[in-house]
Amino acid sequence: MNSQIFWLIIGMGVVTYIPRMLPFVIFSQLHLPPFWQNVLKNVPYATLGALIVPSVFFIHEDFLFGAVGAFTAFIAAYFGANVFFVVMCSIAVLSFYSFFF
Amino acid sequence: MHSTALAKYKSELIQGIQAGISIAIGYFPVAIAFGLLAERTGLSIAETVMMSAIVFAGAAQYMSLSLIAAHVGAWEIIMTTFIVNIRHFLMSASLNEKVEKDSIWIKALYGFGVTDETYAVAAVRQEMVTAPYMFGLCLMAYSSWVINSGIGYIVGENLPAFLQESMGIALYALFIGLLVPSLKKHRKIIVLALLSAVINSVLLTTGRLSIGWSIALSSLFSSVVVECIFRKLEVQQDE
Repeated sequence: MNSQIFWLIIGMGVVTYIPRMLPFVIFSQLHLPPFWQNVLKNVPYATLGALIVPSVFFIHEDFLFGAVGAFTAFIAAYFGANVFFVVMCSIAVLSFYSFFF
Repeated sequence: MHSTALAKYKSELIQGIQAGISIAIGYFPVAIAFGLLAERTGLSIAETVMMSAIVFAGAAQYMSLSLIAAHVGAWEIIMTTFIVNIRHFLMSASLNEKVEKDSIWIKALYGFGVTDETYAVAAVRQEMVTAPYMFGLCLMAYSSWVINSGIGYIVGENLPAFLQESMGIALYALFIGLLVPSLKKHRKIIVLALLSAVINSVLLTTGRLSIGWSIALSSLFSSVVVECIFRKLEVQQDE
């Protein structure tokens, strides 16, 4: 293995691990004020919104590709399908879509 | 007493593994594409798998490949990686609000497994998040990422294109599948997700921010704004 690449990977690993690990260590001792605790409880839903939009529309040159997949997932999830089924449904619909269009 | 604790540990571990299956599927096309790209960039298979095993971060790994190809220096690549991945600080801080009390060492260990996807799954879980649940969840995501990076390196080009393409939706379908049940329950969550989606779209199309920063900033901003608004509404209702 190229030693330069080796140390590069180690460095990337360290700087990636630190922000992942640090909050668990800091905020186990230091307690945040209630307002910020509530803010952090909001973060998952806000993050999901930002993770989905706008990226989902850019997974293919064809804008409709992502839109059809997202719509399928939304409908499946809305009618109570579990997450695994939601994922499978949108893969299946898009396989069909890309096979025929 | 001891055996019931063990049984609980086992059931939490299994629930984590089950929850991780969707992530494992979602990582498949992304990791395959990473392996293929790493091979084209001139990395060896050992370096490719090692990078996935030690860094375990999709976007940053992709970015590093293009920087390696452009002969950018190591420090600069490491700094870029840090900047791209600093958003996980927000995710870990948020997740820390709903994990069971545990020793710092155990939390620091499963902290390694926090990605956009494992975070999203754990953070919207109904029950409290336990250490064995996190281990099961992250183990699934991690093995899929590492193994499929290696597979992508070897056979990447021979996968049927339509399968690669259609599987690209998997992670987004996962996010949608996680978000929608909560949307149905609270109006606050609809506002949170919509506001953050709009801000992220604006930041990404107009600004010069990388996607990592854009996601972190729009999530934090919407979470703060929505908390202020809903707090005011609650105060008004109480009066």
